[in-house]
Amino acid sequence: MTRVYVEGVGLLAPGLQGWAAAAPVLAGSTPYAAAPTEIPVTTLLPAAERRRAGLPVKLVLAVGQEAFTNAARDPGTTATVFTSSSGDGEVLHNICETLASAEREISPTRFHNSVHNAPAGYWSIAVGAREASTSLCGRDSSFAVGLIDAVAQAATEKAAVALIACDQPYPEPLNTARHIAASVAIGIVFTPQATERSLGALDITLEEGAGQSVMDNAELEALRLGVPSARGLPLLAALARGVEATVDLEYTGTLRLVARVSPVSAEDRLVADALLGATAPAVSGAALAPTPA
Amino acid sequence: MQPLAISHFTLANCLGSGRAATLAAMREERSGLARVDFGDVDIDTWVGMVPGLESPVRAELIGFDCRNNRLAELAVTQDGFPEAVAAAAKKYRPSRIGVFMGTSTSGVLATEQAYRHRTADGSLPADFHYSKTQNGYSLADFVQQILGLTGPAMVVSSACSSTAKVFGHAQRMIEAGFIDAAVVGGVDSLCLTTLYGFNSLGLVSGQPCRPFGAGRDGISIGEGAGFALLEKAAEQPRAPRLLGVGESSDAYHMSSPHPEGEGARAAMQRALNAAHLTPADIGYINLHGTATPANDLSEDKAVVNLFGSKVPASSTKGAHGHLLGAAGITEAIISLLSMAHGFMPAGMNTREVDPELRTDYLLGNREGRLGAVLSNSFGFGGSNCALVLGAAA
Repeated sequence: MTRVYVEGVGLLAPGLQGWAAAAPVLAGSTPYAAAPTEIPVTTLLPAAERRRAGLPVKLVLAVGQEAFTNAARDPGTTATVFTSSSGDGEVLHNICETLASAEREISPTRFHNSVHNAPAGYWSIAVGAREASTSLCGRDSSFAVGLIDAVAQAATEKAAVALIACDQPYPEPLNTARHIAASVAIGIVFTPQATERSLGALDITLEEGAGQSVMDNAELEALRLGVPSARGLPLLAALARGVEATVDLEYTGTLRLVARVSPVSAEDRLVADALLGATAPAVSGAALAPTPA
Repeated sequence: MQPLAISHFTLANCLGSGRAATLAAMREERSGLARVDFGDVDIDTWVGMVPGLESPVRAELIGFDCRNNRLAELAVTQDGFPEAVAAAAKKYRPSRIGVFMGTSTSGVLATEQAYRHRTADGSLPADFHYSKTQNGYSLADFVQQILGLTGPAMVVSSACSSTAKVFGHAQRMIEAGFIDAAVVGGVDSLCLTTLYGFNSLGLVSGQPCRPFGAGRDGISIGEGAGFALLEKAAEQPRAPRLLGVGESSDAYHMSSPHPEGEGARAAMQRALNAAHLTPADIGYINLHGTATPANDLSEDKAVVNLFGSKVPASSTKGAHGHLLGAAGITEAIISLLSMAHGFMPAGMNTREVDPELRTDYLLGNREGRLGAVLSNSFGFGGSNCALVLGAAA
């Protein structure tokens, strides 16, 4: 079993526009109202980079910024784990279409945007993050694959780690071959010790046998099944409720990932204060200022 | 970090299939690069192509059939690798061995081909299997099934640092206690996306690539696969070691390295810190050395900054090409072979080192015992990873 603490969450999904608005919906105290995912205009990238950035980049910048703001932590000094089943489907489509034509002249920008770690690259430029960053894929289990990697990293490196999961629909004809129902992105800042902002503690184990927690609301359950990144919604719902809960996530091989969520105790916070001495620095304007490329 | 034993490894690339073939080519200073002859590619360049990938993958996994997975199957089933993994699975349980694969383009060639055969209404042909070919996770799924493992699996896709970073993922999962052992590695295979993509950036050479060379003018793309079995050090006291992994981000540009090599230097420094070693402990550096003017200049500054000009170094990409997502594992294995056989491999094709560069670049093989080596892998998006590897006891 490995324990980490959730310090901040960011969320963008249909009808779930930001953690503050979405938490009561996920907790079941406010009704869910479906609506297309609104992609905020990012303020983190300079204009030239902003023009080149695709949809996944905009999604990860938004939820990453929200999670770090909620955690009051500097993204410039925090390691990141990006995870996505899809990557940028629009770019893949355009490149394959160009390569099937007589000309085959790929745009250089499109080519560098085609790498699975393009969102990680833009993020690091946007917030000036020079720490370790990885970009993972686990198909429908991408969220759990990223989660356990972030947890293992926070626990062994004894440092904060942000998980940023993101998927969006493909254009046709890829959409028929691989249907992703909506744009969904989740950002979570994990810490190895409790801090005064901790939303909850997670005890993570891998256990034999299939099984996955479902969403009570039918529309949210359809979203969970329709988008790999949305497989993280039951975990966010448990955090939003703020009571003890066990969340099963679809994982790989014959295993499932089990997250036991619990509120952070006063003793946890006391230990954290004693260990940390002072609280982590808040996100400053300078920390989030774009770095020229 | 807690060091790990590298108890078994294997690889395949244009130098041949299996450890012996790559070792022999390195010993003989023989490059496997050849003028491109791949489908109807009309770029004037050289590539490191693996012959014999015409046959589909095994029947029970036929849905995974694509060039990338054919190369994976070729490599992972040789050199006694499945037997070594089976023995580990018996010792630890199949669900306690993770599979950490890296690839940059996965089975994209299958998607490129499907787009050339779209039906009249624009849809893709019915025999196109997205999830088992194009999706990044395909490789880990396929390798996990071939090896009969049932535990954690993932694909790292951070461009050309992918299969160096897999070592770090495996190490953290073992140290955290989620697994006891890991299969790390990965595959990248020739496709039009990378050939035409790097060509669009003006980064493809019309000659066999000349890393660190005067007048170098770009990369030679190659394909290859490599796999290694990692266990806790105490389980295999005589095996070579993974001593340190160092990762960093440039935070600078999507496709150009930091001009002063700051990210590269940070990755190397972190790898040394993780290994509890100093620059003086490193006997040889396997450079990323892609042979583009900017990449090699940036890496040279990083290396000289940290190590000075005295540590022998080379890029083996002149022999096998730039294997992109498979570069990290391939060059780690070449470093292990170098340590096991007491030599430092030549940086092939380069005849004259760029006088602007100050690294001690090896133009020919050099004999010598090595205790610890460092291997660099840097990728698009400013993703950097350095590995420190230790010789067998």
